[in-house]
Amino acid sequence: MANTETSDTAHHDEHHDGPATGIKRWLFATNHKDIGTMYLVFSLIMFFVGGAMAMVIRAELFQPGLQLVQPEFFNQMTTNHALVMIFGAVMPAFVGLANWMIPLQIGAPDMALPRMNNFSFWILPFAFTLLLGTFFVPGGAGAGGWTLYPPLSLQGGDSFPMMIFAIHMMGVSSIMGAINVIVTIMNMRAPGMNLLKMPLFCWSWLITAYLLIAVMPVLAGAVTMLLTDHFFKTSFFNAAGGGDPVMFEHIFWFFGHPEVYIMILPAFGIVSEILPTFSRKPLFGATSMIYAIASIAFLSFIVWGHHMFVDGMPLAAQVFYMMSTMLIAVPTGVKIFNWTATMWRGSLTFEPPMLFALSFLFLFTIGGFSGVMLALVPVDFQYNQTYFVVAHFHYVLVPGAVFAIMGAVYYWLPKWTGHMYDMRLAKAHFWLSTIFVNVLFFPQHFLGLAGMPRRIPDYAVQFTDWNMVSSIGGFGFGLSQILFVVVIIQCARGGKKATAEVWEGTHPTGLEWTLPSPAPYHSFTTAPDVK
Amino acid sequence: MAQAHAEADTYYVPHSSPWPIYGSVTLFTLMSGAVATLDNWLPAWSLIPGFLMLVMLFILWFHTVIGENQKGMYNMAVDRSFRMGMMWFIFSEVMFFAAFFGALFYARNLSVPWLGGSGVKIFTRLLLWNNFDGSWPTNGPAALGPRANGSFETVPALGLPAVNTAILLSSSITITIAHHALIAGHRLQLKFFLALTFLLGFTFVYFQAMEYHEAYTELGLQLGTGIYGSTFFMLTGFHGMHVTLGAIMLTVIWFRVMKGHFSPERHFGFEAVAWYWHFVDVVWLGLFIFVYWL
Amino acid sequence: MSVTSDDSTSWPLKGIWARALGMTAFGLATKAGANTSNGYNLPVGVTELSREMYGLHMEVFWICVGIAVVVFGAMIYSLVKFRHSKGAVPDTTMLHSTQVEIIWTLIPVIILVVMAIPAAKIILQMEDTRNSALSIRVTAYQWKWQYQYMDEAEGVGFFSTLARDSNFARQLHSGIDPKTVPNYLLDVDNPMVIPSGTKVRLLLTSQDVIHAWWVPDFGAKRSAIPGFVNELWFTVDPGKEGVYRGQCAALCGRDHGFMPVVVDVRTPQDFKKWIEAQKAAVKQAAAPANAAPANAAPPNDSARDAAPPPAAQVMPNHY
Ligand code: HEA
Ligand code: HEA
Ligand code: CUA
Ligand SMILES: [Cu+2]
Repeated sequence: MANTETSDTAHHDEHHDGPATGIKRWLFATNHKDIGTMYLVFSLIMFFVGGAMAMVIRAELFQPGLQLVQPEFFNQMTTNHALVMIFGAVMPAFVGLANWMIPLQIGAPDMALPRMNNFSFWILPFAFTLLLGTFFVPGGAGAGGWTLYPPLSLQGGDSFPMMIFAIHMMGVSSIMGAINVIVTIMNMRAPGMNLLKMPLFCWSWLITAYLLIAVMPVLAGAVTMLLTDHFFKTSFFNAAGGGDPVMFEHIFWFFGHPEVYIMILPAFGIVSEILPTFSRKPLFGATSMIYAIASIAFLSFIVWGHHMFVDGMPLAAQVFYMMSTMLIAVPTGVKIFNWTATMWRGSLTFEPPMLFALSFLFLFTIGGFSGVMLALVPVDFQYNQTYFVVAHFHYVLVPGAVFAIMGAVYYWLPKWTGHMYDMRLAKAHFWLSTIFVNVLFFPQHFLGLAGMPRRIPDYAVQFTDWNMVSSIGGFGFGLSQILFVVVIIQCARGGKKATAEVWEGTHPTGLEWTLPSPAPYHSFTTAPDVK
Repeated sequence: MAQAHAEADTYYVPHSSPWPIYGSVTLFTLMSGAVATLDNWLPAWSLIPGFLMLVMLFILWFHTVIGENQKGMYNMAVDRSFRMGMMWFIFSEVMFFAAFFGALFYARNLSVPWLGGSGVKIFTRLLLWNNFDGSWPTNGPAALGPRANGSFETVPALGLPAVNTAILLSSSITITIAHHALIAGHRLQLKFFLALTFLLGFTFVYFQAMEYHEAYTELGLQLGTGIYGSTFFMLTGFHGMHVTLGAIMLTVIWFRVMKGHFSPERHFGFEAVAWYWHFVDVVWLGLFIFVYWL
Repeated sequence: MSVTSDDSTSWPLKGIWARALGMTAFGLATKAGANTSNGYNLPVGVTELSREMYGLHMEVFWICVGIAVVVFGAMIYSLVKFRHSKGAVPDTTMLHSTQVEIIWTLIPVIILVVMAIPAAKIILQMEDTRNSALSIRVTAYQWKWQYQYMDEAEGVGFFSTLARDSNFARQLHSGIDPKTVPNYLLDVDNPMVIPSGTKVRLLLTSQDVIHAWWVPDFGAKRSAIPGFVNELWFTVDPGKEGVYRGQCAALCGRDHGFMPVVVDVRTPQDFKKWIEAQKAAVKQAAAPANAAPANAAPPNDSARDAAPPPAAQVMPNHY
């Protein structure tokens, strides 16, 4: 197994197996582990950047009245907080995990298209240079919300084209990343690793990659129309010329809704890896889990209208989007139930990855419930554009997507570094995060129901108490994340050696556990045979 | 094990490559140039560096890949990866055009009729656009466009567009012939029909340019001519760019053929471009039907 | 849970979520504010629609609590029962079971249908803007509302902007404590005045960007889209006269947080009196501050000669 000979050395004059030395290793990288590492580090940095913006938001909302920032700057915070978190933190984190784990899990030497792999990563730092650069140009950063609705977004100053092109670059990056994942999974599986034997993380990513390729170009089209409306006199979103501002919403949400599942399907995959391991029991109904993911992906293309109920759409459309949206609860439910059944009659231990997976199970479900409530047109008229929505999507995104990512890191970190990390610190990180995330976002349900609109820098006094609670939770949650970084750095530096199996006694399934820890620089140079 | 073979039997993983990072810098330069131009920080020449770097990127990156290929470093698995990659890239292109077709359908079937007061939006007409009937083609209730009286004409389907359709369709046939010739090993036939293909392609682009010129100067049809102008020029424009790109790639392939590249069994480069060409062709059919004809 | 407007503070507290909601919110239950919401739940409101929305909301809420109790119950049970530390041995034969999987696919479907049917009924009602007694044309600007009355009140019209004291207090470092300002951020100079017990229809549009008109107590929210007109209706119950407050509910730029919606509901008689007064005011153009007949003129037909108001940026790229 530990075959140090690599295919590329067969033809290369500069003959060495290990990583190149110095900066070249990262700039010219083609190795899926190096690129995966860069993705993960980048996304952690972006999580802090986006989080810092969130802290500004929470600080300003700590009490009524404007204490810290001007309304315009507040809107810039909201807008860029979302863009950074979605395109900079969550999506790259998942791609990073895909880079690290997919070749290990399917027994491949590397990703199928290594150079394109590095290309799709390196675009990101430049894209975000462009995006964050908007804060330094006349007029400041984009402030029209991450949904970029025209005509408001068209009022943007010099930052407008920067933001648009930054989004174009992120799109190019995601598309190339997705193509790489699909090709790797379809073409690089070890002999005997047929699709149904494939780990669920790979499955969830395969389907996610299809979603990405299908919707990222649509986003590119939408923002391109914004660009031409702003600079080249087109009238896509201008009623005077026969267009319609709502048309943008349709195109955007055709991308936007699948996008939110792009941010949760890999999380589903991760949870499906962690739960069986620490339940010491195979995943319950693995096949139906795959079908569930597939049907969620399919449905995600026909529900986008649920973001636009109040914009005045034909009655039939409202009913259709309501029904199709609610349907998504069914396959998602199947997943929740199968996970529960996986723990049922299992033998559970509570290492950090398991703790995060469990937290995911409970809190994502709560976010899902509020989602179903939002799907009901009549009540959405009350919820829409209030903090109830903000509470909903943070429940599915933070204790949902982000917790799954943290769980994945805690699950595979020893495999990456070869060291065990400080379990006590990691558990502290878990408990603080889980407690504070609820203090942070649960009260936002109340705020929304009580009538507090989202995207406002200042509010009527009766919303004060819950906002204070939420802000305190926010600061607490934010500070807790510093522990995460500490754990990771410590573990990278050194620590108790990890065995190949890492999680002693759980007998985790999956090819990655057959490799030594840390996994050799070149994964499977001779394909393992899967029985 | 893979050591001394001519035809690699392991999956080729390049050891390290400068092109990705160079490519990212290129994109950044290009985008910055575009921003500087649009925001009037700098004149339009600020786009040039980016474009030059882009051209260099393609030359350098493809040079490397073609070199490796000629050295026989790619086994069938690598070949398969390239094919799949190309297919999914084309699919993403399809979705990009889908966005603009979607805009066209939405405008024609929903927003324009609504502005004309149809369905639930009766008050939209009564209160805002009294004199607008919501018929297609239109430049909107405010009759936006270059002409003072707000009128404009559309490009008749039977005319240049019909000719162009014929051109693209036949170019699709010629490339297929070229492909069969390649497989059968008739290099001469291959060279001829490949050349014919990209010549047809450039002719198409030339006619399209003529059409645009006429639209801008005579028909009062411009990007600013309301929703019709917007959809018309964005759809045909992006398609035109793709044809140009495809024709250039065909030309490159032609030169490679002249240099004796491609074997009857292994000619991914040729096929990739051929697929791309067919894709461009199909998009045009959609355009001809929905933009020009109906 | 039937579709009725029972006081939400008196729920039986059952279920994790309910308990969290009930207990943590208790402290606020007394705080009445911008609307009749008790501070942590939807207002029951003063229109048929708002009541039905509230009812549906509670119904769905309790259904979710119910599901939560079952699902979380099962999870917590296995967390407690099947611990490695308690010597639990995994039953690795438990791979899947078609029956149970079919069951837990069908049950959610049924539950969802149960939710969807009443919802669909309410949608039909919401969309039925026919035979309304009073129509008001509402035009949104960055950052104010314009109300132009139609039907019997034809000719009456005025702008409605954030009240002065709120506007002073909300400036950065204003030094004024918002708590000292009555109805902070929820008060305007000229509220919209409507009669109770009358079906009022709003014709919403915007002069610049997308805004949304929202009064929670009416269960009424709709976007104001530039270049299009959206319809919205509500009938305030007789006897529920009073002032109702809401806010713009669509990000519309810098002062999105500062363009409240205030509706003054009066008895039909009082409304008549008010109308007469307004008409008189309009006639002798000696317009009192609270009823500037500005922009009462009918709108232009084409955007070409529609001179947008100063704040407006409508269709920026065409002129
Ligand atoms: C990871 C991201 C993510 C995920 C997974 C979801 C999941 C869901 N979302 Fe969410 N959503 C967002 C991210 C996400 N959402 C974001 C970012 C926004 C705001 C965008 C913006 O405006 O800025 C948003 C907004 C949003 C809206 C628009 C609200 C508004 O603006 O007015 C709606 C409305 O229908 C909605 C619905 C749903 C539904 C029905 C699900 C379902 O998939 C949930 C399904 C899960 C469950 C239901 C729980 C488990 C199921 C069971 C235990 C089975 C039994 C349950 C029942 C029978 C009910 N979402
Ligand atoms: C994956 C996506 C994601 C993630 C992870 C988050 C994470 C967080 N979000 Fe965000 N959010 C969105 C996606 C996301 N959000 C979206 C899509 C919107 C809608 C935008 C729009 O309306 O257009 C939104 C909007 C939004 C709002 C509403 C703004 C408004 O409507 O005006 C708020 C308000 O509380 C908020 C808060 C937070 C907080 C406190 C976190 C926390 O979880 C962040 C925690 C992380 C950190 C804090 C960083 C790490 C620590 C440090 C930086 C050290 C320093 C710490 C301190 C000084 C305390 N978010
Ligand atoms: Cu007007 Cu928000
Ligand atoms: Cu959605």
